Amino acid sequence: MELYEFTVHELAEKLEKKEITSEEITKSYFKRIKERDEKIKAYVSTLEEDAIKKAKEIDKARKEGKKLGKYAGIPIGIKDNMCIDGTKTTCSSKMLENFVAPYNATVIEKLNKEDIIYLGKLNMDEFAMGGSTEYSAFFKTSNPWDLDRVPGGSSGGSAAAVASDMAPWALGSDTGGSIRQPSSLCGVVGLKPTYGLVSRYGLVAFASSLDQIGPITKDVEDSAILLSLISGHDEKDTTSADIDAKDYTKALINDVKGMKIGIPKEYLGEGINKEVKEAILEVAKKYEEMGATIEECSLDVGKYATAVYYIIACAEASSNLGRFDGIRYGYRTKNFKNLNDIYRNSRSEGFGPEVKRRIILGTYVLSSGYYDAYYKKAQKVRTIIKEAYDELFDKYDLLLTPTSPTTAFKKGEKSNNPLEMYLADICTVPVNIAGLPGISVPCKLDSQGLPIGFQLIAKPFAEETLLRAAYTYEQNTNFRENKPTFKGGNN
Amino acid sequence: MTISKEEIMHIANLADLNLTDKEIEGYAKDMNEILEFANTINSVDTTEAKETIGTNSKYNVFRKDEVKNFENREKLLQNAPSSEDGMFHIPKVIN
Repeated sequence: MELYEFTVHELAEKLEKKEITSEEITKSYFKRIKERDEKIKAYVSTLEEDAIKKAKEIDKARKEGKKLGKYAGIPIGIKDNMCIDGTKTTCSSKMLENFVAPYNATVIEKLNKEDIIYLGKLNMDEFAMGGSTEYSAFFKTSNPWDLDRVPGGSSGGSAAAVASDMAPWALGSDTGGSIRQPSSLCGVVGLKPTYGLVSRYGLVAFASSLDQIGPITKDVEDSAILLSLISGHDEKDTTSADIDAKDYTKALINDVKGMKIGIPKEYLGEGINKEVKEAILEVAKKYEEMGATIEECSLDVGKYATAVYYIIACAEASSNLGRFDGIRYGYRTKNFKNLNDIYRNSRSEGFGPEVKRRIILGTYVLSSGYYDAYYKKAQKVRTIIKEAYDELFDKYDLLLTPTSPTTAFKKGEKSNNPLEMYLADICTVPVNIAGLPGISVPCKLDSQGLPIGFQLIAKPFAEETLLRAAYTYEQNTNFRENKPTFKGGNN
Repeated sequence: MTISKEEIMHIANLADLNLTDKEIEGYAKDMNEILEFANTINSVDTTEAKETIGTNSKYNVFRKDEVKNFENREKLLQNAPSSEDGMFHIPKVIN
């Protein structure tokens, strides 16, 4: 078995027993990247030289008996919208193609304290706007289970890298499903923490009231480990929750007896693929066998979440992306006579079509005459959706839904129809609207050999319940015996 | 409700974007489809609902108004498309 096939907790154990070195692990990943990334195209940039240098330093420190963190010397891949000091952070956009981050995101500071090693930066939809990674300004990423299909998005590079063993784990960001949906489509575990649990400082902003950083991992245990490393209060992010970092691996108990799980019937109805629906019902049955109570429930107002999401997310994006003006950083046009030309031509040449579409939509819903009808109305419906979840969580510990209405779709299938692409998010978006934690766990392959994921949702800051239930499922099933086939890719 | 090409041009102007004729046409079509979908929220009764600004229970976060210097000016200026004497360089604004 190659080193790159192990989970992080397995690698950490081998490091501790001194069976392997960090240098061996790191080199194993770069070997794998060289073998596979030509076809998958998950990485925007790799950091091989720095990574191997750091791995050697950590091995030396470990040999000398210095006190190191349990995960010191384990590598990671980072979505290319998080700042690592001195390295390029492009957001897969021409606008930031040459931007070198002058500081570290808080999550990177935290990983640095643990001596984690960076393999590189991972592809995404431009500015995290999309659900297929096809909107990257650089190149499209392929799904390891079928190279003609998308890996999902926007954290498609992160999910594809973990699924194809080109990173043992990765960080993604999730505004409307961008961690969970690609994790589902690539057959890995993706966790979107409660809004505020992980600092957003140093994450390039898309929609600030929705964005959240989280782990994409091979299994649930690694998800709990990575969440423990990155969460906790940060004064640099005023929306960061007053919750101290904790060890989420303590929640990994193989037992769901007595847990109450609700299945909102709206998420098994219209628009959900038949095989996906059947898989979710099998998961429900499994939970019942393991001692949980399953009950059908209703989240009727959830059907408005996608409309609310596109109004609010685009409004916030149009405001956040106002900072790109070609003056202090980012792309500057060569075609200008005056300051106004710089602003306008830099933005027009630097942003891709989907980003412009969202800026236009966002500017429209915030503009005079339409603010009340769209933005204000959406904020009110957002309150109603949140209250509907609160009511459900009075009754249930968790909600169970599909993560994505379908398995991975073909490249080009939705990229020319924005509304259809937006509707790929119907199962994940409501969770961001209400600020809740959600996890996607792979459960089976469909008839075409593509992974199906289920989503568990919990009340705010109940990540422990989420992880415990996901862990119990994983311990009593065997999805990880399936491996990506890397089929297709000849077109 | 339909959005005209003129409205798209007005919005693009507010957002500081140039659009080609083809883009204007495409975005007008997209916008009409997306807003028709967005209008479904009008069937929700919101007379009793408050507006949410995010989902955090905390509203105002206070801290001392203290200056914290960023120590590495050069690093920041490295990203500037054009800079001079520690300043961002832009075309002349006042004649």
